[in-house]
Amino acid sequence: MAQAHTEATRERIRSAWIFLAPMLIVLALVAAWPLARTLHFSLTNATLVDMNHYSLVGLDNYLALDDGRWYGVLSDPEWLKALGNTLVFAITSVTLETVLGVLIALLLNMSFRGRGLMRAALLVPWAIPTVVSARMWSWMLNDQFGVINDALMKLGLIAAPVAWLAEPHLAMASVVLVDVWKTTPFVALLALAALQMVPRDCYEAARVDGVHPVRVFFQVTLPLIRPALAVAVIFRLLDAMRMFDLVYIMTGATDATLTLSVFARRELVDFQDVGYGSAASTLLFFVIALITALYVTAVRLDLDGKRR
Amino acid sequence: MKRLAPRIALALACGVLLIFLLFPLYYAVVTSLKSGSEIFQADYWPARLDLGNYVAIWKEQPFARNILNSVVVSVTVVGISLTLGVTAAFALGRVRFAGRSALLYTILAVSMFPQVAVLSGLVEVIRVLGLYNNLGGLIVSYLIFTLPFTVWVLTTFMRDLPVEIEEAAIMDGASPLVLVTRIFLPLLGPALAATGLLAFIAAWNEFLFALTFTLSNEQRTVPVAIALITGASEHELPWGNIMAASVIVTAPLVALVLIFQRRLVAGLTAGAVKG
Repeated sequence: MAQAHTEATRERIRSAWIFLAPMLIVLALVAAWPLARTLHFSLTNATLVDMNHYSLVGLDNYLALDDGRWYGVLSDPEWLKALGNTLVFAITSVTLETVLGVLIALLLNMSFRGRGLMRAALLVPWAIPTVVSARMWSWMLNDQFGVINDALMKLGLIAAPVAWLAEPHLAMASVVLVDVWKTTPFVALLALAALQMVPRDCYEAARVDGVHPVRVFFQVTLPLIRPALAVAVIFRLLDAMRMFDLVYIMTGATDATLTLSVFARRELVDFQDVGYGSAASTLLFFVIALITALYVTAVRLDLDGKRR
Repeated sequence: MKRLAPRIALALACGVLLIFLLFPLYYAVVTSLKSGSEIFQADYWPARLDLGNYVAIWKEQPFARNILNSVVVSVTVVGISLTLGVTAAFALGRVRFAGRSALLYTILAVSMFPQVAVLSGLVEVIRVLGLYNNLGGLIVSYLIFTLPFTVWVLTTFMRDLPVEIEEAAIMDGASPLVLVTRIFLPLLGPALAATGLLAFIAAWNEFLFALTFTLSNEQRTVPVAIALITGASEHELPWGNIMAASVIVTAPLVALVLIFQRRLVAGLTAGAVKG
């Protein structure tokens, strides 16, 4: 009997691999291979015009010392600026999204009339394509005809129209605002789902004991939804670190909002420098991998539910 | 009196939140219904209903073609992802084998890839396959984010189904293929709908690859077409047209999302909250 059992198990495992094969082959073709090729191109001087003829240049695209001057992506002031911008963007937008998302989730976790409507409204910004959001907000933030300047002036909050997207420090704030608008619903929905799994009697006990609601939140609710929140934050963080479309459409490649993705694509496509662009791409990959590794160890993420 | 203050605060919070969430789309609709110089006037209510912009966008660029392109690419990508995803999810969710965890994490990592990291490698692959400036190139490249996502979400759904379901079938000597197609597929209907819709939205909204791998107006998808609507100069953008196009491509998405909201939220939170 035991013999037959292991035979069946072995058979089952074999068919599992057959089932996995098509997916793995496709992923190898569209993900692993291009990633390896990008890494390879980053060590060459290939150009977009002719990607077949190039020579190996070692790590020159990353960093090289020539005649007392540093060259390469790592010493490129624009890349360093983009790195700073990306980190600022990721940290501010994800922090705002998490705080707002939890607040909205707490609001929607109460029972009141119109809660269903609120929940549906939450899905709207999330459903709107990023390109469309970028254009809608660019129009609203337009310095001459924008409704935001109009409203703020009518309310007496500003005296003259503000150039939201042209002023360097405001441009970054504007992009963060649009990202917060678009993706807070995602965090809110995940936080709400987690809140709804918190047993009611936890609150009941606290209320009977007369504990202040704010303390209940920090000592009871937050620890219980923390695992789900940690997952939402890592998804958001990874998404923010690779930010491309909002910035590309709203502010172009201006210095103030240049991100690592926009920088890499510009070198690669607009300047046709496959070697340099690939080095920038590869560095972005490693920056993100590093941040993920740090985050996962810091919060001890429980993704496959093993520790439950 | 004591009970009134919190209720007013609640209503106020909801009101502010609703305006924040919905105003941009509302304002896009208001703008799209204006014509000529009315556009440059900030109005909070639609003054009159002028459908001129909605007529113009079909004439000034191959907008119908762009929509068709987006539909073809998104539907094909979702079809391929779900087909490969269900079989893979069966293996990952129901069979214990060495290296399963590592494989799952690798798949999750791929779904969170920075797209730019594979850009030059993909340019080469697409050129070798002869798919540059072709919808096929987009279908191939979109699988990089839709496929791992689909596998991951379906695996979490598959894992949650009780063991008893397949035990009886295995006793009867059902092969794994029969298990998947006869037992699991019908049970996964709702999960497939949610996952498919989420993958569809991701593909429909994709911008970076579509911008990089297509060249001519006729091959562009909707996001690229909308992003590249330009006027005579930067200060003469045809905002009315842009807003009309935006409303047209957003309306069906918002409708779909609202219709399927419960299932969508279940799909969105699977793998995150349920673990």
